[in-house]
Amino acid sequence: MPGPDDFGMVWHLGWNHNMREKQKGSRAAGLPNDDIGPDIRLELYRLQVEIRDCEKRANDLFFQNLIKGTSHLSLGQEGIAAGVAVAMQPGDKSFCTYRGHAHTLARGVPMEKVLGELMLRDNGLMRGKGGSMHLTSVEHGVMGSYAIIGAHLPIACGSAWRAQYLGQKDVSVCFFGDGTTNIGAFHEALNFAAIWKLPVVFICENNLYMEYTPIADVTAVEHPAADRASAYGLERIVIDGNDADVVYRTAQAAFAKARKGDGPSLIECMTYRHSGHSRADPAKYRPEGELEKWLERDPIKIYRERLREFGISDAQVAAIDAESKRKVDAATEACKASPSAPVELLTTDVYADGGWSWRN
Amino acid sequence: MAELTYRDAVARGIAQEMERDNNVVFLGEDVAKAGGVFKSTVGLYEKFGPLRVRDTPISEQAILGAAMGAAMTGLRPIAEIMFADFAAVCFDYIANEFPKLRYMTNGQLGCPLVVRTGNGGGARFGAQHSQSIENWTMMIPGLKVVAPSSPIDVIGLMAAAVRDDNPVIFHEHKSLYAVKGEVPDGEILDTLGTARILRPGKDATILALALMVPRALAAAETLAAEHGIDCEVVDVRSLVPLDTDTILNSVARTGHLFTVEENPRLCGWGAEIASIVADEAFWDLDGPIVRITTPHIPLPAADHLEDLALPNAPRIVEKIGRVMNGSVR
Repeated sequence: MPGPDDFGMVWHLGWNHNMREKQKGSRAAGLPNDDIGPDIRLELYRLQVEIRDCEKRANDLFFQNLIKGTSHLSLGQEGIAAGVAVAMQPGDKSFCTYRGHAHTLARGVPMEKVLGELMLRDNGLMRGKGGSMHLTSVEHGVMGSYAIIGAHLPIACGSAWRAQYLGQKDVSVCFFGDGTTNIGAFHEALNFAAIWKLPVVFICENNLYMEYTPIADVTAVEHPAADRASAYGLERIVIDGNDADVVYRTAQAAFAKARKGDGPSLIECMTYRHSGHSRADPAKYRPEGELEKWLERDPIKIYRERLREFGISDAQVAAIDAESKRKVDAATEACKASPSAPVELLTTDVYADGGWSWRN
Repeated sequence: MAELTYRDAVARGIAQEMERDNNVVFLGEDVAKAGGVFKSTVGLYEKFGPLRVRDTPISEQAILGAAMGAAMTGLRPIAEIMFADFAAVCFDYIANEFPKLRYMTNGQLGCPLVVRTGNGGGARFGAQHSQSIENWTMMIPGLKVVAPSSPIDVIGLMAAAVRDDNPVIFHEHKSLYAVKGEVPDGEILDTLGTARILRPGKDATILALALMVPRALAAAETLAAEHGIDCEVVDVRSLVPLDTDTILNSVARTGHLFTVEENPRLCGWGAEIASIVADEAFWDLDGPIVRITTPHIPLPAADHLEDLALPNAPRIVEKIGRVMNGSVR
């Protein structure tokens, strides 16, 4: 099992290592760039930075009591949301979890709409009716964030079934954590997707902890998602989730396969949660030094080095950093200025007629 | 006009909607090639093909989850949960997912689907294949809940359910599948949220649902013939929306209310209606509201014990006769 002292585990898994060798090769040959290219790289970087800044701001707003209820941050896991989202096409559908701020932002949803929902203001994505665990923006292809572990894997299958049935070319992408791999819906969904050859891609973010408990303590296999793949006739894929390039390439391949009608993929992305499970969790159960080691492999740190390797100037990077900070500040101010939703919203949209009436 | 069984009405209702709308698809365990374990979907696979009528693994969560994902992105799925008791293994979708989606997303997404399921007892299937679970679904805001008692209602309410933009839980009664009824030719479309007075009467109102409807009707005939009590029998048909107008108007005329419920005693639909009537029609009442239910027990498999448990015509007659004795207007 990947442990705190074993960063090497992500490197001996083949895919990542080979890609690195390839990259080195192309640079050695003096090629101007590789298969990803500077525009996409800058986009991958921008998304990671914006997610990071927005999540940090969410954390700060908690401590100012401006965000209530709960919230689950993706600090440290930004490379996955960014890598997958950049590989997606308009029309593709995202199905997220309660830890879904990152995946929502990555599809282009404005920060103000996300922070507004976290702050339960009228300017939020759902005007405060859903809260941080249910971010949804259909216009951006974010088809909901689901807070019951495992529930959205079958739902993503259904969306993929619709695409298959209607001959539409979009792919349904389902994000979830390592803890999800031990619930029944995970297994039902994988089998279902496999037998119907559905255009769905399952992205497991293995951050080593199911809530407060190490996933290794409660799982019979080393890789909770990938080691189950063969049970459903799927390829075993484990990648470095902290390297957005690797995530992007792997997702691209899976989406191409899905669009061709060749069925689902299950991708296990190794990563690490820099903060606790939720607002309530200071993450004291982590062994000493574990966080520090993973901070060395912070996805944004890795990506800054990557940009430099590919000759992208520090000035360009600094401009993205500055713009991200400006966006977060502007969004925060807009949210603070936004009122709460009108009380009439209490009873709207229970039923399709817009109301809540259950009798005549 | 043709005589049709309740079972065949299910297939006809689904076929009617699948013919009308290509976005209507149907999935469930053994529903396609086998025609359903209750033979209620025979012929659909042959008529509409493997893309629209699909057998699934024994994966109730996948069935309902897939139906939801398809519904929220444009299809109109009908999903079968073979025995209603199995709703408990996929209750997340029924309780947490379907009914909350529209509200939580502030109307961005909806879930227009139908879950049909074999509900109720009387078939000697024992405690885990006989329950009346309509109350499990009635209590959740965001769902619609229907339970037809006749072949024509099966077709009409199925059509209404498929065309409704909300998640509808469609409780078919296992012990009614063989019951026959007259059904007109051509399209049949009914309205959700409407109760129906099946037998007008002036002395007492009996509310019943599904299998309890024919039993209430039989009891009403006996009560009229042998006790001189003229009962109005109302088939509630739809628990959500609830046709309280029809119920309150009937109680206003008769002054007495009885409910006949197949569910175990606690929190049955009749308790909710009793509460509404007590709140809003108390001064119309000439006697206590009385609920006739299954005792608060799991259902036994043995035929004589199951028969003792479920409300039947003699028990309805006995109970109503006793309460009404001396209070007939």
